[in-house]
This record gives sequence, C-alpha cells and structure tokens, in this order.
Amino acid sequence: MSDKKSIIPIGPYHPLQEEPEFWKLIVEGEKVVDVDVRIGYNHRGIEKISESKSFDQSLFIVERICGICSSSHPIACVEAIEDICGIEVPERALYIRTITQELERIHSHMLWLGLAGHFIGYNTVFMWGWKYREPICDIMETITGNRQNYAMHKVGGVRRDIEKEHVAYILSRLDEFLKQLDMLKGAILDDPVLHARLKGVGILTKEAAIEYSALGPVARASGVDIDARRDHPYGVYRKVKWNVITQKEGDVFAKTVVRVLEMFESASIVRQCLDQMAEGPIDAKPKDIPPGEGIGVIEAPRGECFHYVKCDGSNSPVRHKIRAPTYMNFPTFRETVVGETVSDATIIMAAIDPCYCCTERAIVVDTNDKELFKAEDLIRLSQEKTRRIREKMGVK
Amino acid sequence: MMMDEVLKKINDRFGDKVLKVEKKSSRRAYVEIYPRDIVEVVRYMFKDLGLRFNIASAVDDFDKIEILYHFAYDPSGLIVSVRTMLNDKDNPSIDTVTHVMKAAWWIEREIHELFGVNFEGNQDMRRLLLPDDWPQDVYPMRKSFIVPKRDSRKE
Amino acid sequence: MGLREFVLTRSINIFHVSSGSCNNCDIEILDALTPRFDLERFGLVLVGSIKHADIMLCTGSCNRLAVPIIKKLYETMPKPGFVVVYGACGCSRGLFKDSYNTLAPLDEIIPVDAYIPGCPPKPEATIAALVKLVGKVRAGKDIRS
Repeated sequence: MSDKKSIIPIGPYHPLQEEPEFWKLIVEGEKVVDVDVRIGYNHRGIEKISESKSFDQSLFIVERICGICSSSHPIACVEAIEDICGIEVPERALYIRTITQELERIHSHMLWLGLAGHFIGYNTVFMWGWKYREPICDIMETITGNRQNYAMHKVGGVRRDIEKEHVAYILSRLDEFLKQLDMLKGAILDDPVLHARLKGVGILTKEAAIEYSALGPVARASGVDIDARRDHPYGVYRKVKWNVITQKEGDVFAKTVVRVLEMFESASIVRQCLDQMAEGPIDAKPKDIPPGEGIGVIEAPRGECFHYVKCDGSNSPVRHKIRAPTYMNFPTFRETVVGETVSDATIIMAAIDPCYCCTERAIVVDTNDKELFKAEDLIRLSQEKTRRIREKMGVK
Repeated sequence: MMMDEVLKKINDRFGDKVLKVEKKSSRRAYVEIYPRDIVEVVRYMFKDLGLRFNIASAVDDFDKIEILYHFAYDPSGLIVSVRTMLNDKDNPSIDTVTHVMKAAWWIEREIHELFGVNFEGNQDMRRLLLPDDWPQDVYPMRKSFIVPKRDSRKE
Repeated sequence: MGLREFVLTRSINIFHVSSGSCNNCDIEILDALTPRFDLERFGLVLVGSIKHADIMLCTGSCNRLAVPIIKKLYETMPKPGFVVVYGACGCSRGLFKDSYNTLAPLDEIIPVDAYIPGCPPKPEATIAALVKLVGKVRAGKDIRS
C-alpha cells in the first residue's frame, strides 16, 4: 500500500469497555506506527468526593469505581484504613473477604474471556463465557444479596456472614461451573486456530513490563513473578494452598493461559476457604480512626490495586489516593501494538483487559486525505483474519 | 531484604540528604527528602534496589503540597514511600522522573492537572482526565477548590 | 395500534451509551442479551450505530466530556425514538451528585422517556422496563407525559 497515514479512532463510547477512552491508532497501510490515548471520559472525581464522606460512606463510593472490581477496591480501602489504626480483623471475616475476592476474580476473567473471543470472531466463546459466569453471579447473589456492587466490606470486618445452609448450594454451583470451565479450557487452549492467531502477537518483554511497572496477569504472562496475594499478604491467602501462574512468552496467548488457569486456582481457594472457615464474629467494631496514613495493597482481577489514605483524626479522610491496576497496564499498550498489524490491534488491546470493544461513536475527526476506519471495520478485520487462518488450516 | 536493610541502604547512600525516616511497621516506611534530590533517589530505588514503582500520590497540606512516591519490594512485601514537600504553593515545581521510569508518565500528567504541580522536563503535559474546556489554573483536587453547589430545584 | 407504533415496536434496536458509568450497568445490559436472559429472542438487538436505533439506552452519571457527545447522539437518533436511562447514576447522578465533573443528571440534558432505577438494575428489570415501554407505545399513549 501507499505510505498514506491513516487514523483509526477508537472510542470513546461503547458498551464493553471498562473505562471509555479515546484511542488514536496511526497506521501506515496495515501496520500500526503510533498510538495516542485520551482518557477522562469516565472521570467522576471520586477521590475528591471521598474526602467529603465519612470512612463508612467512602466504601460505597470506591465500590463504584469499577463495577467488575466492586469487591477489590473496598478491600484495598479497608486494608489502608486498618493499616492506620492497626485493627485485628476476626478470622471469619478474613475468610469471607477472600471468598468474595476470588469469586470476583473468576467472574472477571470469565467476562474477559468472552469478550476476547468476540474480538477474534469466536462468538461461541463469547456466549459460552457469559453463560458460564452466571453460576458465579448466583453465588454472589446468595452471599451478598446482589449480583454486582456487593457492599460486603467494612472497616474491621464484613457486613454479612455466609449462612451455613448456603454452603452446600455454593459448592454445587461451583462444581457446575468447574465442569463447564474444564470444557472451555479444552476448547480454547487446544484450538490450533487460536494458537495460530494469538501466539507471538503483541509481545510485552519482561524488561518492558518492569519498566512500565505492569501488574497482574499482564506482568505474570511476561514472566514477572508478582502477585499481591502472595507478596503483600492479606485475607487468608497464607492459610490455603494455591499457585501463582506465570508464563514466559508475554504474548496474547500467554495472557489468556494465565487467566484461564487462574480461574481454577481461584475456585480451589474458594473451596478450601469454605472448608476451613470456623465459626466466630465477623466484625471487630472499631471506634475511632486515629490520625495517620495507611496503604492498602491487594490483588484485583486485573492486577495490584493500591489505596493510600491519610487521616487527621476526623471522620473523613484528608486524602484518598486510588490507583487501579489498569492505570499501570495501559501505557504498556504503546510497547505492544506498535509494529503489529491493524487486525491484531483489537486483541492486543483486549489482552490488557481494559475490556475493549467499540460500537459507533460520534466523534469528528479531520478526514482530509486520511482514511477513516470505524471500530466495526476493526473487529471485522480481526474476525476475517481468524477466518482466513481457519480456512488455511482446513478447520471449519 | 527486610525493611531495616532497605532503610539502611538508603541511609548509607544518601546520608544527610535524608531528612527523616519513619518506620511505621515491619512492612511500611516513609522516607522524607528534599525535592531537589528526587531524581537521584528515585533512580537509586528503581534501578539499583530494583523496587517496583507503585504510584505517586500528591497531598494538599494547606500551606504546602506533598508528593509521595510509593515503591514496593515484592519478595518480602514492603512498601517504601518517598515523601517530598513542595513549599511554594503558588508555583509548585519538581523535576520529572519519567526518564528514569516510564511508569511515571501518566501519574505526572494527572498530578499536574489536578494539583497544578509543574514537572520540569516532562514534555507531555497534556490533559489526561479533565475536559479540554476546563479553566486553566483551577485545580480540583486542591483543598481550596470547593465543588460549586447547584440548586437542583431551580426551574 | 397504528402502523407507526406497530413498526416501531417490532424488533427494537437498542443503542447503548455509557456516559461515565462504573461498568456495572453495561455488564448487566450485555448480560440481558447473552444466553441466560437472551433478550434477542424477542427481537431486541444491540446495534452499532445510533442511526439504526429505536432506543437509546444511557448509563452513567454523564461527565463533562460526555455532555456534548450525548447531545449530538440524541440529535442524530432517528425520530420517533426513545431515550431510556439505566441505573441510579443515569437517573439522578446517584452517588456522584457532588462531583466537580458531573454537571447535571441526564434528563436535564436530553428528554428521557423511561427510567430503570437500581444499582445496577438486574437483567429482569431491563426486560420488565422494555416490555412496559412497548406496551405503552402500542397502546398509543403519549409516554412522555
């Protein structure tokens, strides 16, 4: 093709994305040469609002930072506040925190898997993924009373106990889920088309991952062995047996493998917790929060989630800094996508798990002598590539 | 490497450039330095000690602005925060650390627009979160910024 | 039921806009379309362009960057069409009413036909709301009054 540079605007509004962003891919022919990001479409000033709320109220605010992480952010926040005042949290509460956290991880990874399937033209995986996460949503509804936005955590403990009658139900739904996940794992990891499509695409080297301080599955897929559950112990992760999944390759396939295998680990953690959990109080009922500053670090589905809380002894924080994992993972996109083809750009973006998919948007871009692609064209390109590979391999 | 060891290394390397070391618990510590030494300290911690950069937080302390650079040492679960005070609140300014670690790229832009801190040497100070029509010199995360109340019953 | 109402309420095309939401509503909307609830069997489909839409489904507390885009989308939508806001933030800005970056609730920016409250509303609520909306349109009532 000619050396004409085209702009592909992606975003900012579409249903599947976690945070609406506006991407500008600069392409030359098929090749991506540069990328620019504009975020802020989702900025709601949560840190400022949190400063005007009491500690109990601010937990409801942080829960609504991200709908998928509505258990991770509150846990990070209470960890930070408990770091200030050094409360001893009852053990049963820690177990319940761990259980909700791991269930959330399963549901988040499942959601991602479905979306990733959609981008590369495997709509079956999309529908399967979303269908199979329903048992997890049901378990969450049983434990917390809501499918999302659980309102489960408070400073010094949790709000609700897991009833004894519910344990059998939770285990049976978990079994049902695992059976389906096993099938899905086979369907994804043994598929020759997916191997051809995802391997060697969008590689993030270990050095780059460290330079950008990448987190979570993105870092673990590049061989950086970090996991806040093990490194910065919270909850009861020290008392159960589980493994940190790492891969060396750093490509999209490695990220998929990490997420799929992590779901099995999470299910095993939930099962062990339900087994070991002893009766007891679930709330330490703290009275005052003394002045000071605290840091809470936990492992959200997408990586490490960081909360810094500073308190002057009053009822609300002086400063509440929140760092979501995607914040650090996002800039790595620049490293991975430049030099790749346009049809791979979608899945590389999706691999960071900012939940990317675009529908139409109303953004005016200067189209003077520049070609304009739309998100649908992008997804179409991506899906066509999968079809070509399929035909080449003779897979129907 | 435990916390005492990390703090000792920092102390040995920087001596009286370190203003205050506050060890809060076995896993959390705060080190205070002058703003002019920030690049040197960050380079030592990120490159030489191999700590992972968590994030930087800015705090409005009414008469000054405080910036904390949080670093994590994962093998033993430590978090060391480097604290630095910017006393000139009308025109706060500090050197950029983006050439040391790319991870600071976005957070410097964010602090710049929400707190009005100038990062000297950072070329990319475009808006990150706020809309483009947001007024200049209004920094929403400062304590002096009061969110305008709006009467929802007005016709 | 006149021809217009008949055509309008057959296979409704939904366009989904997120104006700065926490993603929960967006997940639940998608959830309503995937196998368990499967709104698509009633002919309700998510479309990629506002120009094909009968219903504009808005979520989120509408931040400053979103306002001009929301207005533009509403102008572009073929009329007659309906605007449905989804979730507490969309209905009233919810928890974010004190934020410096959310100016006004959605119904002060564009005319709104139906509200689905909840944080987030369950997929069942989505189905119930759309069924009610269709019923009202078919009965020929002026739904905006």
